[in-house]
Amino acid sequence: MSINTGRLSQSRQGIHLNKDQPSALLRLLTRMWKARALYIMLLPMIVFFVVFRYSPYWGLTLAFKDFVPAASLSDMAWVGFEHFERLFALPAFSEVFANTVIISIFKLVAGMPVPVLFALLLNEVRLTIFKSSIQTVTLFPHFLSWVVYGGIMVLFLSPGGVVSEIAAIFGINGNTLLVDTQYFRGILVITDILKGFGFSAILYLAAMTAISPDLYEAARVDGANRWQQMRHITLPSISGVFVIVLILNMGHILDAGFEQVFIMYNPAVYSVADIIDTYTYRVGLVQGKFSIATALGLFKGIIGFILIVGSNQFIKRRGHATLW
Amino acid sequence: MNRVFENTMTSIEKNERSRIADFFIYLALILFGLVSVVPILHVLSVSMSSPNAVASSGLMLYPKEFTLDSYHFVFRGGSIQRAFMVTTFITVVGTIVSLFCTTTAAYALSRDDLPGANVIMIFVIIPMVFSAGIIPGYMLIQDLGLINSVWAMILPAAVNSFYLILMRNFFENIPKSLVESARLDGASEFTILLRIMLPLALPAMMTIGLFYAIAYWNEFFRGIFYITDPQNWPLQVLVRNVVVQADLNELGLTNRDLYGSQTINQLTVRAATIVVTMAPFAILYPFLQRFFIKGIVLGAEKG
Repeated sequence: MSINTGRLSQSRQGIHLNKDQPSALLRLLTRMWKARALYIMLLPMIVFFVVFRYSPYWGLTLAFKDFVPAASLSDMAWVGFEHFERLFALPAFSEVFANTVIISIFKLVAGMPVPVLFALLLNEVRLTIFKSSIQTVTLFPHFLSWVVYGGIMVLFLSPGGVVSEIAAIFGINGNTLLVDTQYFRGILVITDILKGFGFSAILYLAAMTAISPDLYEAARVDGANRWQQMRHITLPSISGVFVIVLILNMGHILDAGFEQVFIMYNPAVYSVADIIDTYTYRVGLVQGKFSIATALGLFKGIIGFILIVGSNQFIKRRGHATLW
Repeated sequence: MNRVFENTMTSIEKNERSRIADFFIYLALILFGLVSVVPILHVLSVSMSSPNAVASSGLMLYPKEFTLDSYHFVFRGGSIQRAFMVTTFITVVGTIVSLFCTTTAAYALSRDDLPGANVIMIFVIIPMVFSAGIIPGYMLIQDLGLINSVWAMILPAAVNSFYLILMRNFFENIPKSLVESARLDGASEFTILLRIMLPLALPAMMTIGLFYAIAYWNEFFRGIFYITDPQNWPLQVLVRNVVVQADLNELGLTNRDLYGSQTINQLTVRAATIVVTMAPFAILYPFLQRFFIKGIVLGAEKG
């Protein structure tokens, strides 16, 4: 009898446990079943990500294997970190790495203040038609491809072109601007600023329209002039956006603008202009050294990951909205 | 009395100073405008001028010894027409594919009764912070048999994570009561998306569609990486070879075709090629501009 009760209570407990767990799972499954139409809507996107964003991760194993043309990846032999050791020992590696960081930092330092200055000036203009025409004109180059914009600049900077003649006035040999290691990085930075400042300024202009007119009104009552209003009201209101843009750009410091460099550089300036991506392309796809190029890509990916996640955490800690 | 007088004095003085400040502000902004527009104007003028006129003048702001021969030359070989076809195909089909995948997924992700939405968001974000890079991407296209296919320039770019998140945020701001009441009326999820959400999302879709379209029109590096057959080159790859490499063979012609011509030379032909490439966008730009600014601001508020 007592054994029976024991078994009964035991089985009851068992039933109790079994009853509770499946019901949570069941509830989830029911909710998922109810949302089945939504999963169907997600399917194209998920297939895309699995095939084109996640499956290439498998290809990264090539960095640890010896590439054999026309063989399947799983058949290639593992070689450990051999390709990385070779890569880090290459003189080209440190050169390319340094070029990438230097070009990026130049672009940041010289390029970040320009849209701010432009937006501040534009914000002072009350004449709507003037304001919108300037904005229209300065925004346009951003949407051109680097092929087109870089092409325009190459024609501009070619021997006998406008710039070379202006340069001649200052005693610079303008006929060799694009093949001169002394000027090439400067050209990259300036053309990058010219193409993008109108676009970047939109972020600041948007932040400025959010400033309450009451603030300016109050400042005027207190006798603040336009310069003081700009310094003490407008500038502080956009500093948040500035910091975010700066940090986001820092996350992409190893990019340095593949298309721009690829369009504008030439063998004469490789020593100052070759960046990680252009080097990866030439070593991998042109020379067919897939393993070492993959190793370089993985190296860039890992540093990039640390920088992007780090910069996002930084922004989050400052209390701003981030993508995740 | 005295104080009022003083006040008017300073305000006149202030006005004077303000007008001087205005002058410099307008001047600086005009300079900003000029550096944006002059290079483009110069190339446009060179493309419509004779080589002699180009050689004798530095900066050109309008055509001299006007001629359209460079344009005739650009189109004579037929290569650029083919590249236009390829790029138009990529742009139209790519934008449709991208908008379809992005909108459906963004809507589903915006629903708070979607189990696992957070996991899917992480799944979307991981590739944004860690990319496999150039070579694994190339090997994938090779394994899929897409080398030299126009699809190699569409499919790998089908969904942009950033636009997907932007679109999801947009859907999240649409009142949930709309979905609820439609569901009470017995509408299916697909009907709700098609009949209720899409009409509301149309402005956002216009903006994001435009950004997708421009990206496809400007598609360059996938063309360089994945397309070796000149028959399937997109416009940007062809133009790069003509303009930057100064290789007129790509137009289906040779430098010899230029010999003896008084109305064109290599420079004017390269300029005309640039103008032809940016013309479609330049013509549409004034009508599209407001969508761009709206889209960027939309992104800024959330990003």
